[in-house]
Amino acid sequence: MSAPAAPAIAPVNVIDVANIEVIYNHVILVLKGVSLTVPEGGIVALLGGNGAGKSTTLKAISNLLRSERGEVTKGQIHCRGERVDGLTPNDLVRRGVIQVMEGRHCFGHLTVEENLLTGAFIHGSKRRQIADDLEKVYHYFPRLRERRTSLAGYTSGGEQQMTAIGRALMSRPTTILLDEPSMGLAPQLVEEIFDIVKNLNEQERVSILLAEQNTNVALRFAHYGYILENGRIVLDGAAAALRENEDVKEFYLGVGGEGRRSFRDVKHYRRRKRWL
Amino acid sequence: MGFFLEVLIGGLLTGVLYSLVALGFVLIFKASGVFNFAQGAMVLMAGLALVQLIQPTYIGLWHFVGIGALVAAVAGLLVLRVLRGGTFAVVKGDWRVHLPMLVAVGAGLVGGLLALAGGAKGWPLWLAIPAAIAVMVAVAWVVERWVLRPLVNQEGIILFMATLGITFFIDGFSQTIFGSNVYPLNVGLSKDPVFLLESVFDGGILVNQLDISGAIIAGVLVAGLAVFFQKTRIGRALRAVADDHAAAQSVGIPLNWIWFIVWSVAGIVALVAAIVWGSKLGIQFSLTFLALKALPVLILGGFTSVPGAIVGGLLIGAGEKLAEVYFPALTKYVLGTAMPGGIEYWFAYVLALVFLLFRPQGLFGERIIERV
Ligand SMILES: Nc1ncnc2c1ncn2[C@@H]1O[C@H](COP(=O)(O)OP(=O)(O)OP(=O)(O)O)[C@@H](O)[C@H]1O
Ligand SMILES: [Mg+2]
Repeated sequence: MSAPAAPAIAPVNVIDVANIEVIYNHVILVLKGVSLTVPEGGIVALLGGNGAGKSTTLKAISNLLRSERGEVTKGQIHCRGERVDGLTPNDLVRRGVIQVMEGRHCFGHLTVEENLLTGAFIHGSKRRQIADDLEKVYHYFPRLRERRTSLAGYTSGGEQQMTAIGRALMSRPTTILLDEPSMGLAPQLVEEIFDIVKNLNEQERVSILLAEQNTNVALRFAHYGYILENGRIVLDGAAAALRENEDVKEFYLGVGGEGRRSFRDVKHYRRRKRWL
Repeated sequence: MGFFLEVLIGGLLTGVLYSLVALGFVLIFKASGVFNFAQGAMVLMAGLALVQLIQPTYIGLWHFVGIGALVAAVAGLLVLRVLRGGTFAVVKGDWRVHLPMLVAVGAGLVGGLLALAGGAKGWPLWLAIPAAIAVMVAVAWVVERWVLRPLVNQEGIILFMATLGITFFIDGFSQTIFGSNVYPLNVGLSKDPVFLLESVFDGGILVNQLDISGAIIAGVLVAGLAVFFQKTRIGRALRAVADDHAAAQSVGIPLNWIWFIVWSVAGIVALVAAIVWGSKLGIQFSLTFLALKALPVLILGGFTSVPGAIVGGLLIGAGEKLAEVYFPALTKYVLGTAMPGGIEYWFAYVLALVFLLFRPQGLFGERIIERV
């Protein structure tokens, strides 16, 4: 890497995003200066409504952006002190940073187990290690063991989400960028999946950057939170503090002072129309 | 009955060839979404390379030396890649960035010298076939590096145009080097006809041995590919990429590497097609337009289905031969006048049209799995 003299950054932060701007198709400005950090072993939530730019932020880090014609035009991204914008997704997975995409994206024509095995691609043919890791994934997601020979395309939404997370685990990540794991799942299942994620964080020491619309659940499991709106961070703080914050309560948790109200009604917070 | 079976078998064996070309298409289409018109030209290229390596008298010595150098360079790179395990990615500024180039040039020189030494006699088959594979791998590398990579994220039609360009480049460039002769290819397959099933009916069926060995070779290739796709790590990655590009990238499967592999595999399939076809009719420039015959096969079988490509090829091969032989008789019986022949040339396309109208996804069209 021909990194221009990188600022000294304490290596405790697994992810360090400094003031990035992201443009799609050379014209659509989506992130307008986003900064955030993920400390080693932390669970950090990135919250915000539809089209706020959560997924874009995660893709900027994992560098999946480029194949969607997106580009980081300003700012920089460091991973354990190393500048990583400009690397390929493969490079990042090799450095332990992997994204679990929104909408799960399982390989529908592969069985659940084959899906998991694709996650070990970067480990080549270390059979022993891969077998052990597979066992570990089944330990965390016992349901997947039962479904191991089913085509992933025919499994339920919850099982697909588990497959997607398990698949990422097979790469032996140190950091998972988890995009809306709760999407389209029943509350009970959401709870189950977040419990597992919490376990992974505590037992495997995996740091997690979690993009969520489900503010309520996310702030219960995360240590720290950022609130993103229209491509800007508007608020951040410890999860407990955010839960008590009046604005957050009003606009994101739906338990405002004068009864329930949607943040949609408030002009300042109005969401951008989504095109894609 | 014996005659009917002869026609049928003859047709099926032509169909094997269509299947092989269509198979190359499907592999590339599934993995990279590129509709590769150059598949026929790749058959030509593979065939020419093989012929020239076995019988270098067809071309000047220097061309032969050039091929030798190219082959050695590719082999060198592959060995390097295996030794280094995984990627070439090294830190910029390190001298090892230039390692692949150095290895390629060095191996190329050695290969050129070796070719110069043994040039007059040509290479034995056991050396010529791997060398022809190396040529196809080199083509795959060039295509990935200089065509697909710069055009990534472009519309399908643009990539298609690019493959048209590749087609006519290969076609024209080969003519510049080799002239437009038909080169007989002899890889030692027997051409003698044999009688089969003599005990079952009178006279048995007359079949060309070459056709049978061709079918066996193709069968072995398909079985090999099936194992490769189902059982190996790279095969699994290929299927993953075919299913969902973005997700494959997200788990660290490098698309460029996969494209390179898929084009290499398609190149090997093309080589097998060239061996089967060339042994029968010689290597000739019209092979380029096998691509046009593969089109109806794809429509019949479905663009993303490997079994579809195989069954489609066989159906069209057999169908057109049977139509050619029996249709005139049928029209004579029904209409009173026999239709002239030549049905062979348009049968496949009409069949494809019918399919487009009534079953556009093809015989084995995607069962779409969707779940929200
Ligand atoms: N490939 C793309 N090309 C152009 N614009 C895009 C693209 N992807 C996203 N956008 C735009 O970028 C903005 C942010 O999208 P993003 O997907 O990051 O939002 P999000 O916060 O993840 O929303 P959601 O909660 O709905 O997933 C949206 O306005 C969207 O229209
Ligand atoms: Mg999103």
